[in-house]
Amino acid sequence: MIIAERKPLAEIIDMVIDFKKILVLACRGCVTVCSAGGEREAEILASLIRLGLRKNGKEAEVITGSLVRQCDREYIDAIDNWKGDYDAIVSTACGVGVNFIANLRPQDNVYPALNTTFFGGSAQQGIWSEQCAGCGDCVLHLTGGLCPIARCAKSLMNGPCGGSVDGKCEIHPEVHCVWQLIHDRMDRIGRRRELEAAAPIRDWSSAGHGGPRKQVRSDLTL
Amino acid sequence: MSFTPKIRLFSCHYTSQQSCADHGRELQKLDFPENVELTRVPCTGKLQVTTLLQAFEEGADGVYVVGCPVDTCHNEKGSSRAAKRVATVRKALRELDVEEDRMRMYHLPRGLHPEFVDAAREMDKLVRELGPSPF
Repeated sequence: MIIAERKPLAEIIDMVIDFKKILVLACRGCVTVCSAGGEREAEILASLIRLGLRKNGKEAEVITGSLVRQCDREYIDAIDNWKGDYDAIVSTACGVGVNFIANLRPQDNVYPALNTTFFGGSAQQGIWSEQCAGCGDCVLHLTGGLCPIARCAKSLMNGPCGGSVDGKCEIHPEVHCVWQLIHDRMDRIGRRRELEAAAPIRDWSSAGHGGPRKQVRSDLTL
Repeated sequence: MSFTPKIRLFSCHYTSQQSCADHGRELQKLDFPENVELTRVPCTGKLQVTTLLQAFEEGADGVYVVGCPVDTCHNEKGSSRAAKRVATVRKALRELDVEEDRMRMYHLPRGLHPEFVDAAREMDKLVRELGPSPF
């Protein structure tokens, strides 16, 4: 899922300081699961915005709402339910949600409440880690299912580099060297020889270096 | 300038039993500060961050939570959950450039203990020193 975290409050307050009616809009997708921008977090943020504005000598009506997701056109249309009765929307969705509102609601002021951080998973409650970089050219079949693009600090295709010590990355002693994990795992499952093949030079054009990416499924389009 | 702070206390049912003693007069006899408004909850683990923030929105100058000792919570993890939510509010207060000590957590034994009154007096003294809420 997409992992995100709330922006610093001062930054959010600064965005909305001159508005009089603010809709804090939660997303019931990924950001609910990672406890960054679901209904509960939107309620908390609304309260904090009210307090922050008051501290700055301002008053605003801050209401909350939520959408099933903010990354689909039909759900964005549900913003009509508020009948435009707001001066600004503070979205607690990921960046996709904020973009979708901006794309589809040309008259609405929309502001991001979150910093969208990575694609990851929750190995333990309250802890999320990056697992996928969305690079558009998956190599997990070559690496035993562990991603060197997202999980190697250098995104190496032929690691480990010379910096890992005792299976840990040189960037931080808590970070596993994913190439160590890949070699250990491939050994364990009897696929070590596959790692002897030289990785071809990688084409990064699928990773966003060629501009915004788009996917069309003609079997699904109307 | 004299200032009597408005202080909200959320306490678990077990820790605040003494508030019921002698039809509520027990605390008065023990000089529990009159400006501390007590809300009893079945377990502090049920308190939400929004409840604590709402107390500030409603004009509290200070808010504190009293729950069971961490290792003997009646509901196992209730008071430690509360402590984490209190920590969340303290962090938010810091972000808003407000004194984090306006929000505090106390872990106190159940029943009639002087610490319950001491905590209220401590909070009262602290908030008087901090002055009125900036909200």
